[in-house]
Amino acid sequence: MKIVIINYGAGNIQSIKFAFQRLGYNAILTHDVNEIKNADRVIFPGVGEASSAMKMLRQSTLDNLIPELKQPVLGICLGMQLMCNSSEEGNTKGLGIFNTDVVKFSDKVKVPQIGWNEITELKSELFKGIADGKHIYMVHSFYAPLCKETIATSDYGLKYSAALAKDNFYGVQFHPEKSSDVGERILKNFIDKA
Amino acid sequence: MLAKRIIPCLDIKDGRTVKGINFVDLRDAGDPVELAEIYSRQGADELVFLDISATEQKRKTLAELVYHVAEKVNIPFTVGGGISSVEDVDLLLHNGADKVSINSSAVKNPQLINDLVAKFGSQCIVVAIDAKEIDGEWMVHLVGGKVPTKIKLFEWAKEVEERGAGEILFTSMNHDGTKNGFANEALAKLSLELNIPIIASGGAGNVQHFVDAFIEGKADAALAASVFHYKEIEIKDLKKELKTKGIPVRI
Repeated sequence: MKIVIINYGAGNIQSIKFAFQRLGYNAILTHDVNEIKNADRVIFPGVGEASSAMKMLRQSTLDNLIPELKQPVLGICLGMQLMCNSSEEGNTKGLGIFNTDVVKFSDKVKVPQIGWNEITELKSELFKGIADGKHIYMVHSFYAPLCKETIATSDYGLKYSAALAKDNFYGVQFHPEKSSDVGERILKNFIDKA
Repeated sequence: MLAKRIIPCLDIKDGRTVKGINFVDLRDAGDPVELAEIYSRQGADELVFLDISATEQKRKTLAELVYHVAEKVNIPFTVGGGISSVEDVDLLLHNGADKVSINSSAVKNPQLINDLVAKFGSQCIVVAIDAKEIDGEWMVHLVGGKVPTKIKLFEWAKEVEERGAGEILFTSMNHDGTKNGFANEALAKLSLELNIPIIASGGAGNVQHFVDAFIEGKADAALAASVFHYKEIEIKDLKKELKTKGIPVRI
């Protein structure tokens, strides 16, 4: 099993590598196109600002590569948001994998949302063995609204997509690498997916 | 629903935990990584490591500690204590810290908040504020609460938010170490005036104090050290009690 974590200069990816290490896998940090193409599983992380992250993806032509990948791909946090059509953060276009537009939380709630929220209405093998209402760790100011690709829902002033899926592409708004046993189970489910 | 967070704080000196540690199942009482793992298993939502060492080796020792914690612990953690530059923060985040907290360095150079937010994003920048109520006015203090300033708490907190900080860790010097409860009035005022999460610190002595900090103080998270280290309160019991009081927690 070859797992790669796309390293395009966005955020703390060491923690994701460590999470796979705890599961017994040596995930490779890389931005090499061939290495990514040949991997069995691809993790697309991202912490930071959307438009600058998109810029970094374009500079390394990863914006063309990622939507073409055929193996299971998991976007995490900003990674998930960049897989959508667009983001209000820096008014940027996204990779267009998920057919929804990322927008900012209203000021009726504290922004960023930081902490443990529940995931409900779980609709994917990604959540095998996980009970509805379990807590996962979220840190974000922008969110993907509910859409037909939503596979998990959270509530923060309104219901939004905690996770999305389409074909071989998965995206989670939360940080599985920081979500205790629940997060580790989700990463394991992603690896085990046939 | 977003849960209220319980955050044990570990004081670190030269890469080792200080303050009394009272866990029978702990092999090495000074090993921050082992203690962090235990807290994580007991249901802590997050951890804060506060480095109080003042050696030249400090930067390197702290960075190594962060790496080892990130390797083992599967919940988020914040590192603070003497962080004063973009380079400091870069090293700590690169080694696996989720957030950093800055305190005196932000008061001395408020632009540092903007610089850190621009480079790393709001979500990983916590500004810690130590304040003391003097003649009815909350005043910001520096160097672990020892040095008074002429800065007012609520004005500084507002400025910190405007400069982009993601969270505020507010410690009341009037309450810290007393075990008489958190500064709930000031906490509630911060929570109402600001639109970023507020972490309550200083004064935890019993379970009811946490209930009060969340209900009266409207805090988003509560931090404590000695009540957890000395096992006066077990995190599992605390969360159970919070849940019966209708406070959302992760169990």
